[in-house]
Amino acid sequence: MRRRAPVPAAPPGVNRRIILSFLTSAAGAIGFAVTYGLGGQTQWEGVCLAVAFAGLATGLAIWGRRLVPAGGYVEEHEGFTPPPAEQALTAAVLTAPDSPIRRRGLLAALGLALTALGVAALFPLRSLLPWDRNRPVPARRDTPWGPGVRLLTADGKPLRPEDVPAGTMVGVFPEGGTGAGDAPAFAVRMQPERFTRPPSAGHLAGLVVYSLLCTHAGCPVRLYLKGTGRVLCPCHQSSFDLLADAAPVAGPAARPLPGLPIELGPDGYLRAGGDFTAPPGAGFWSRR
Amino acid sequence: MIVDRLARAFDDRLRLSPLTRRALAKVFPDHWSFMLGEIALYSFVALILTGVYLTLFFDASSADRVYHGSYAPLDGTTTSAAYASTVRLSWDVRAGLLIRQTHHWAAVVFVAAILVHLVRIFFTGAFRKPRELNWLVGVTMLTLALANGFTGYSMPDDLLSGLGLRIIVSVVESIPLVGSWLAALGLGGEFPSDEMIPRMFVTHVLLVPAVLVALVSVHLAMIVRQKHSQFPGPGRTEHNVVGSRLYPSYTLRSLALFLWVLAVLFALGGLVQINPVWLYGPFAPDQSTSPAQPDWYVAWGDGALRLFPPWEFHIAGHLVPAPFFPGVVLGGVTFLALYAWPFLERWCSGDHRPHQLLDRPRDHPVRIGVGVMALTFFGVLVVAAGDDILARLLRVPVYDLLNVLRVLVFVLPVLAGASAFLLARSLRRGDAARLGELTRSDLRAGRRPAPAARAATDEPELPAPDRPGERIELWPEGEVWRWRYRDEPAGVAILSNRVVLTEQEATEAARLAYPGVDHVTVPGPPPPAPPGRVRAAVRRWGNAALGVAVLAGALRQRRASRRGKGGNGPAGRRGGER
Repeated sequence: MRRRAPVPAAPPGVNRRIILSFLTSAAGAIGFAVTYGLGGQTQWEGVCLAVAFAGLATGLAIWGRRLVPAGGYVEEHEGFTPPPAEQALTAAVLTAPDSPIRRRGLLAALGLALTALGVAALFPLRSLLPWDRNRPVPARRDTPWGPGVRLLTADGKPLRPEDVPAGTMVGVFPEGGTGAGDAPAFAVRMQPERFTRPPSAGHLAGLVVYSLLCTHAGCPVRLYLKGTGRVLCPCHQSSFDLLADAAPVAGPAARPLPGLPIELGPDGYLRAGGDFTAPPGAGFWSRR
Repeated sequence: MIVDRLARAFDDRLRLSPLTRRALAKVFPDHWSFMLGEIALYSFVALILTGVYLTLFFDASSADRVYHGSYAPLDGTTTSAAYASTVRLSWDVRAGLLIRQTHHWAAVVFVAAILVHLVRIFFTGAFRKPRELNWLVGVTMLTLALANGFTGYSMPDDLLSGLGLRIIVSVVESIPLVGSWLAALGLGGEFPSDEMIPRMFVTHVLLVPAVLVALVSVHLAMIVRQKHSQFPGPGRTEHNVVGSRLYPSYTLRSLALFLWVLAVLFALGGLVQINPVWLYGPFAPDQSTSPAQPDWYVAWGDGALRLFPPWEFHIAGHLVPAPFFPGVVLGGVTFLALYAWPFLERWCSGDHRPHQLLDRPRDHPVRIGVGVMALTFFGVLVVAAGDDILARLLRVPVYDLLNVLRVLVFVLPVLAGASAFLLARSLRRGDAARLGELTRSDLRAGRRPAPAARAATDEPELPAPDRPGERIELWPEGEVWRWRYRDEPAGVAILSNRVVLTEQEATEAARLAYPGVDHVTVPGPPPPAPPGRVRAAVRRWGNAALGVAVLAGALRQRRASRRGKGGNGPAGRRGGER
């Protein structure tokens, strides 16, 4: 048997406090198990687990502070500049006559092969782009809107002019493309005589339709301040004046909201006269 | 007993004891600020533990799924599988909400701890040679942490995260020439694509964590190899580390810190609601929430997007949209500056020496000025990300507040940086130990330019030769040797972290740690100096405790020798075993 030095006596009360902490921890763990077993309750579960971990932590912290020597030890530090002789020896091994790195010609060929392999390995990345759909830029420019596409409400019903009361913003979607990310638009009814700049996409007795997507970063401009005829983006507070062809009036947006030309179909429902006057949403390089 | 035998079994096969003995005796310097990185590490462990649990319930798909469960407002609605499974995880999986919220809180704490750790490293100059490499690894981990935080809260496919994702896609699209292609490459189609949630999932749970684990290992391995830097102090030189040993002191303390981090995270996860996606509702391309604020660690980018004026221009008929500057340029410049700082500073100061001793923040007024300026700048940006909420609280129009913030974002950093620079200089010139003790004359001294900069030499600094009381004492302890550093007049005694086998080894170690200090061999060990509190407690207890301990020790010894097979030294024991 090994002869071991006796464990020194703990200062008074320390052992008791550590044991108490560990018992508290055990109580927390049991509490968690019981809470879970009884059907679970997020707050109690959190508190119980926290007590369990905090009890363990307290016990170990007291142990580490009171029963174990801390501070006052020194370890030497060799520094990081190796002795020149060591450096020279290592360099000698690496540059020995039979060392692979000395055969420049072979290394060049190896480099060529590795480069080719590396470039070839990049090709499968192309699969991350969509194959079956358009290239990104035209896809980004075009939306499901087009001549004759009917306007649907959020419920999927076609929209008639009288469905858009004054002072309300009605979200509209293209028939056959309601889920598209770049298609959402809104219809509002303005008083035509208040237009300070005529809508570039035209209007039907004050009824105008614009893209919902902010031209700054693409958030839907969902907040309609009907008295002023302005819409506001909740993301970065860009504000657009619908009376002035949705021109940006405040905030970080720089371009007006694209308008959607609309006409009244023979069935009495509204339909688009074409795509938006400009690509909707945030700007991009090929937007022009 | 069993542990003993098991340890020996491993040792006989792997020869671990020489390594282990050194490793266990490894010294870490004691300072609270050296624990910040550990908090980040433990939050990361918590993230992995809770995250693995979440993956068992989360369905990373944008396919339609009908939610049936105890959250009545959404019962029976069809949403994406990602959203439905997140709501189910929160409402119908027992302990699911606790784990989910703890995971989110752990992410918040993780990035915060990394940032505070970075600030500590920056202000104390811990990034200087030879630790530039670890600075680069650390900054990379910060970027990965930000990226993973963002993908993490984007995956539930709720309305708020959908807005955030749309903003990021817009920022990527704003990059000249390749923006639309990059966005399409990431999304696999137009936003919102069906591929984006599965791709974010793989990135979030596999790619980035794997890289993070590798980088954390490199980070720690480099700390072990290079040893931790320390603040200057008695007995501390460029050639040693003074503090506590890995075992037992730091084993217990680090474990305690780990458990504290877990306790705080689970308390937060249980008691403080975070990201209640069921209130936001599922993502729909035509809906938005208001107010819309991101997690704090990306708020600086959101604030910059809000503050940047509506400036955009065309190059040869092509558009460079406004989000390019606050989104791409600011982010790029920020991280480039972070990566480049150690090299920039070395280039500007011409200081090529390795440093094991840290600066106090005041020692380098330019660095603290730049640091405070940058922190203030990003602080204003974070505030700007909440400008709509702030405007409502202050009852001022949001655009007035926006204009004020646009001015403050430039004025405040300059003011803060300049005052930090001046205060640091005053502290350095005067003899005030703390900010509160600065006198008017100190401040006046700080305003004058430096008298003459100390010429930087390329020689590593040596311990002052003019401390006559310094000496190294070596003594045998049975068959092994120990040494200690003593500075009698200053009342400092620092013990070697481990015993060595020969006197020569002890001499060499001491010579490395304290070059140029005289060595004395003393006959026996000096009376052991127990740590302060313990000593006080022992004295209070009186001789009784000591007596009991001695008695117990004697009894055990007797029992052991009666039962033992004669051997009582380590050599004898070895012989007995074989």
